[in-house]
Amino acid sequence: MSGFTLGIRLVPRLTLLLLVLPVAAGLIGVVAPAFGWLPALGGETWTLAPWQALWQAPGLADMLRLSLVTGLASTLAALTIVVLFLGAFIETRLFRVVRRLLSPLLAVPHAAAAIGLAFLLAPSGLASRLVSPWLTGWTQPPDYLFPGDPAGVALIAGLVLKEVPFLLLMSLAALPQCQARERLMVARSLGYGPVTAFTKAVLPGLYPLIRLPVYAVIAFATSTVEVALILGPSTPPTLAVAVVRWLGDPDLTRRFLASAAALLQLGVTALALLAWWGAEHLVRRLVAGWLVDGGRRRGEITGRLVGAALTWLSIGLLGASLAGLLLWSLAAYWPFPAAWPSPMTLRTWREAADTAMGPLGHTASIGLVATALSVLLVVGCLEAETLRYRPLRPGAQLILYLPLLVPPVAFLYGLVQLQAQLGLAAGWWAVTLGHSLFVLPYVFLSLAESYRRLDPRWGQVAASLGASRATTFWRVRLPMLVVPIAVAAAVGFAVSVGQYLPTLLLGAGRLATLTTEAVSLASGGDRRLTAVYALGQLALPALGFLLALGLPRFLLRHRRLLLP
Amino acid sequence: MSTRLASLALSLILVASTAQAAPLPGDWPTLVDQARGQTVYWNAWGGDPAVNRYIGWVGERLEEAHDIEVVHVKLDDTAAAVSRVIAEKSAGNVDDGAIDLIWINGENFAAMKRNGLLFGPFAERLPHFALTAPKENPEMLTDFTLPTEGYESPWGKAQLTFYYDSARLEQPPTDMVALLDWAKAHPGRFTYPLVPDFLGSTFLKQALIELAEDPAVLAEPAETHDIAAVTAPLWNYLDALHPHLWREGRHFPRSGPELKQLMGDGELSLAFTFNPSEPAAAVAAYQLPPSTRSYVLDGGTLGNVHFVAIPFNARHKAGALVLANFLLSPEAQARKQDIDVWGDPTVLDMDRLDAEARARFQDAEDNPARLPPEALEKLLPEPHPSWMQALEAMWLERYARG
Repeated sequence: MSGFTLGIRLVPRLTLLLLVLPVAAGLIGVVAPAFGWLPALGGETWTLAPWQALWQAPGLADMLRLSLVTGLASTLAALTIVVLFLGAFIETRLFRVVRRLLSPLLAVPHAAAAIGLAFLLAPSGLASRLVSPWLTGWTQPPDYLFPGDPAGVALIAGLVLKEVPFLLLMSLAALPQCQARERLMVARSLGYGPVTAFTKAVLPGLYPLIRLPVYAVIAFATSTVEVALILGPSTPPTLAVAVVRWLGDPDLTRRFLASAAALLQLGVTALALLAWWGAEHLVRRLVAGWLVDGGRRRGEITGRLVGAALTWLSIGLLGASLAGLLLWSLAAYWPFPAAWPSPMTLRTWREAADTAMGPLGHTASIGLVATALSVLLVVGCLEAETLRYRPLRPGAQLILYLPLLVPPVAFLYGLVQLQAQLGLAAGWWAVTLGHSLFVLPYVFLSLAESYRRLDPRWGQVAASLGASRATTFWRVRLPMLVVPIAVAAAVGFAVSVGQYLPTLLLGAGRLATLTTEAVSLASGGDRRLTAVYALGQLALPALGFLLALGLPRFLLRHRRLLLP
Repeated sequence: MSTRLASLALSLILVASTAQAAPLPGDWPTLVDQARGQTVYWNAWGGDPAVNRYIGWVGERLEEAHDIEVVHVKLDDTAAAVSRVIAEKSAGNVDDGAIDLIWINGENFAAMKRNGLLFGPFAERLPHFALTAPKENPEMLTDFTLPTEGYESPWGKAQLTFYYDSARLEQPPTDMVALLDWAKAHPGRFTYPLVPDFLGSTFLKQALIELAEDPAVLAEPAETHDIAAVTAPLWNYLDALHPHLWREGRHFPRSGPELKQLMGDGELSLAFTFNPSEPAAAVAAYQLPPSTRSYVLDGGTLGNVHFVAIPFNARHKAGALVLANFLLSPEAQARKQDIDVWGDPTVLDMDRLDAEARARFQDAEDNPARLPPEALEKLLPEPHPSWMQALEAMWLERYARG
């Protein structure tokens, strides 16, 4: 066995080892208090009391319903938009425009997008200002309940806005793997309309490739705290928000209840995934006949119109949200119904610039190292799969994804305890390792399917020409995968930049990053400062995504045909 | 089996956590010597740039005077700091804690003290503590009616202060009954933060004090009274008020800062805060209309003192003590009260200061958005904390079901 093979075979074990301890510690940190065990707070008997208290929490049923419905509905809407957009516009000019817009859109932090959307659509927001008072007669903002509507429509809209770019990116990375171009060509030459051709010929091959990202979207959407806090209803909120409230309650005995609720949150996320999985099977069965019925243009026009409308609506809303943030960052006092801030001032930017340099450095260095480490481990794991001709065991994959499924607030408590027990000093390394825990799953799910679908025959051809395993990897497989790896790294970097609680708790607050500054300032309610930091938070990952699109062009300058 | 292992591991931790921490020098000069060269990690809410700048200034002064580095750990919520201390205690970390000083509110203080998470008593050891004249000003020794017993040191004062946009509202309501009438006449222009947010709960307590038949019972533990009967007038009041609130009382802002933002957006005409100088500071920061004015209800409003505390396992206790003492110095308190810096009222007793120190506290000019100083004298004491808990639970039961 060569050194390369040996090294690669060790990577999955190393990865699991690195993940198992923190994940287990994180889970113990949730499970034990959920059953009454937390000696630091006097909980020294095992009991079901936290669960009884949870069942009696006011509005629990509504919380569960809200989490499930908003999570599933937003994922479904986002996926529909992505499919219709790709179907209607693939290989058109609009497609290329959107592709270029994608990176900055993806880099928008969830909280910033939510704040921007809230400002856009609120009664005193930009949209209402634009039509007041000349059209509506409003000199004071009207009083309608949005965002924060009890059905969660605002929350769903906010989630969709952020999920569409993510799913689109994942799809773009996967399209070459499922020979989309060839499939489309065949279908179009048989007379299928563009949308029909895409849904009938490409989607069945594409969906399995983006299935894991879709699952990650469901997990995120059912358990998001920041977006639900800003756009979701408050009486009652979603379960994840309730967990955070209980965890933050000054009454420390509430932490037992909060831990039980965090476990319940895990169950809600699992239930949503199960429901989606069931629906996948149902859909597969229902559309089997439709796929081969030969219908070439049914609903073609509707699909194209709806696809165009929804795409523009998403881009428009996100763009207007960002424009609103930009205006706020320059605004002095900006009363309703003025649609343009006057006078404008650079004061907020200047203030932020005085304090932002240190945080900027931390954000970048932590993000780069955590991403590099994650990419290294993930590529190693996936290459080991290729060497063994079988994927990671399901149990191992579950461990990989657990950090995404458990609400971070609950999970991190156990992590900090582990850190204290191991005597790992709070600081840069602890934070970087902590970030890797959340970056690695995203890198894995961004990359896994593309990696696994790479035709093994390329490797076999290389081997038949006498190339060793190592040569095959470095000279054949890796170059073919540069594009998805770069995209996965950019996603990972963006995830790292957005981390708040791991940075705060594992660094004991000693490492200020753009996100820790932004979140603590946002708690003061000044939209101007929040806007400045949100835009700063956006700039770094946007740079990462630009690199992810540009770097492959440079690396593959002698292998141009590999470029999408 | 695994259960037993876990229990064993956890009981080992318990044993470890009863070990003694290193002793601090008894006399102040030696303690100041020991603090030299330490880095003090001060966990404090970071939501207000003015406060952040003030804390930065404190750090510079301590560096100059005592060679102590102060690191402001900016939090969005004190709960994160509490979580860290609990995790450290669970892991048996008794003298190497990552947090040296916390800016804390009454609820968090009560919970941390009850669970043995605080170091003390220490307040009496601070030379400047005497300047607060604790014997004459008992609020320096009580936090939410609970005796502090020296486990925290006073830092600043707070009083429930209402503010309104005088361009839209000429005569603001000056008691709770008038507030209801005003809300009926101006639907959707007033609300309060979502309970159990600190400020939201304060609004409930303020209303209860005004509406209860015998407010005196509120000073005693709630369990000794018929809670339902005492609080009935409050619930009748809220039932009548809610349909006229912002969003018809179906949605509430999350916190005081969000309430302020809604005022800035013009959605509300009347709001309130716990920091008397906040409206004036917010006008200066372009967050509120220049026509903002502040006032206190006719019968007075709730007020209290805010404090700093030291976790039981703080690594740099000497440095934290020197810092807490500096915060009580006339120099630091006067700068804090300066409206251009922060505007947080001092906790020092002017009678204990010499003429030179007292002169520091003279205000340069009047800001129209600012509360006149005499208004702050209409201070109501906090009810026993058990009332707050009861109110929060009953509020959630009644209004949080959707």
